Amino acid sequence: MAVTDTEDLGAGAKRPSRLFKNLAGKIAAIPMIFTAVVVFIGCTLWTIYHSFTKSRLLPAPEKWVGLDNYERLWGENRWLISIENLAIYGACSLILSLIIGFVLAALLDRKIRFENTIRTIILYPFALSFVVTGLVWQWILNPALGLQNVVRSWGWESFTFDPINNAEIVIYGILIAGIWQGSGFVMVLLLAGMRGIDEDVWKASRVEGIPTWKTYIFIVIPMMRPVFVTALVIISAGIIKVYDLVVAQTSGGPGIASEVPAKYVIEKMFLSQNLGLGFAASTMMLLSVLVVLIPWAYLEFGGKKNG
Amino acid sequence: MKLTTKLLAATAIVSASAASAVELEVTHWWTSGGEAAAVSEFAKAFDATEHSWLDGAIAGSGGTARPIIISRILGGDPMHATQLNHGRQAEELVEAGLMLDLSDVAAAGGWADVVNPSNLLESCTLDGKVYCVPVNIHSPQWLWLSHAAYEKAGVDVPSDWFEYVESAPALRDAGLIPLAMGQQSWQTSLAFGAIQVAIGGTDLYIDVLTNKNAEAAAGAEMTAVFQAYADARSLSEGSNVQDWNQATNLVITGQAGAQMMGDWAQGEFQVANQVAGEDYTCLPGLGVNEIIATGGDAFYFPKQDDPAIEAAQKELAALMISPEMQVAFNLKKGSLPIRGDVDLSAANDCMKKGLKILAAGNILPDGVNAFSADTAGQIEDLMVEMWNDQSVTVEDAQARYTAIIADAD
Repeated sequence: MAVTDTEDLGAGAKRPSRLFKNLAGKIAAIPMIFTAVVVFIGCTLWTIYHSFTKSRLLPAPEKWVGLDNYERLWGENRWLISIENLAIYGACSLILSLIIGFVLAALLDRKIRFENTIRTIILYPFALSFVVTGLVWQWILNPALGLQNVVRSWGWESFTFDPINNAEIVIYGILIAGIWQGSGFVMVLLLAGMRGIDEDVWKASRVEGIPTWKTYIFIVIPMMRPVFVTALVIISAGIIKVYDLVVAQTSGGPGIASEVPAKYVIEKMFLSQNLGLGFAASTMMLLSVLVVLIPWAYLEFGGKKNG
Repeated sequence: MKLTTKLLAATAIVSASAASAVELEVTHWWTSGGEAAAVSEFAKAFDATEHSWLDGAIAGSGGTARPIIISRILGGDPMHATQLNHGRQAEELVEAGLMLDLSDVAAAGGWADVVNPSNLLESCTLDGKVYCVPVNIHSPQWLWLSHAAYEKAGVDVPSDWFEYVESAPALRDAGLIPLAMGQQSWQTSLAFGAIQVAIGGTDLYIDVLTNKNAEAAAGAEMTAVFQAYADARSLSEGSNVQDWNQATNLVITGQAGAQMMGDWAQGEFQVANQVAGEDYTCLPGLGVNEIIATGGDAFYFPKQDDPAIEAAQKELAALMISPEMQVAFNLKKGSLPIRGDVDLSAANDCMKKGLKILAAGNILPDGVNAFSADTAGQIEDLMVEMWNDQSVTVEDAQARYTAIIADAD
């Protein structure tokens, strides 16, 4: 009797203790959990709710207008151009910065001389803010001061390279600046991943007589999957929120040819004083992130559990 | 007990000394040469009192500055005074009780009697209370012509918009840009407003902007306005500058024939030591319809908790509208004073033209007074798109404009 009693007691005492297991860690996590729930989820829901209202300069939760803001949003040329620009910028910047980053990392990985120096030089643009990057490239791409002028002064008089003032290709001018700024960081990430690969893998492939480039593509890349995922998430987050680069480099011009969604949101909220429309636009931005993120997360995490 | 008394006494001393000298942070977007010279007149005069002026200039035009100013006020970090334009930009901020009520200052200074035209004070007034100080009158509908450019092209300086359009090919042939235009969106929007008043005429302007008559916006007179706007956009090809004062500089240096810009451009000509009538010519209403819109700048004073600051805010408000300040400030800025009882004999030709129009009562309600920021923003987007994209046709733009006017508020 007495023994079972103590055992029961012990079991009873153990069960609540699971909640308090690693108590210090849980207490430490409370601020982050609180921030995540209140700030991210709470404010997101608040924003989505208000996107269905006729809020102007101040939030007006009582003025419900249904889908009006969304209808107007998708009827606006400027928004459509913003989305198109983001798609072009996003796709190109994602692919190019991964490719350039990987090639640079692979070259540095070949145990070259002055690796540290070269790595620092390539990473250096990442230390600059987007505003500085935008201004620097505005000058470099300015036909009267920058690249075009330099090439012409070398004697190629008919050389024309003026993306900033050409509505058709201005987004590629911004893309150049974005990649210049971001690919060094991708390179460093991928280089770290490459250094994590076991030397024995290289030895084995050398024994098998597999060429270096094949080893990189068919062995190293699949092994670096987690690093690629990290790089992908960081690059994508940067793409969705691109704003300061555009403001500094072109301020959306010429005309509205280089507008991006984040700029649209800010200007509708505070310049046009139409919070409802700005919220609708930011909800669409969130939705576009989720459309990409949910299937990916399902494949990445859901798949593993089942398999 | 003793300690409490001491503390109380200490607080009293601190607040007393605070009451005697306060530093007020004033935000504005006056950063070009002429503008900066004008605003420093305010700062100097305010520094001469016991208080001091902390300058919070925000570079990059009102389009950049307004979101910063408004988000600071909404975010609970208000500056002590800020420039905004007359009209509806601050409407909701006032309604939400975020702005200081200046009615007692206005009553003491007799603003109701001195402010001319009176609609400037009306746009500062809500429910019988005054919330802002008008400091100047600006009219955007001016055409500035460079004599040097016309000399080079070998044609006479035009006297109205139509002559100017005719003279444009000669300017092109001489390797000059006929029309200087900054790329910032408000500048293209301003050009449209100027053309609308000049080509469309006053009645149409009032009908569309004040009555929001969509039928008038779709009419043939409006088509002529859009046509003129489409013509103007091809005249500006090659003018790849950003800020308005850079565009003005193209006119000052004779690289461009003309610029459509508000009367604040005058400050730049003045800083460059140019003489009206000799080095440049100004045509109000583009020389076609000599009428000016009476928009302008006003100062708002966001509410503060500290009574000492509030007192200083009111002092600054009274200072800004005083006759001496009105003269000093507006002479530098090239704008017109908001009171009719000051002596502006020192004004140059262009300002005198403006004063004459004002005295004759040829004034319009300004666009910003008539439209909410939202509608104004939509029109701006359309105008910018059309200006920079030759594939946007006159019919297309007019149809979209009509739709905006139909939904306008």
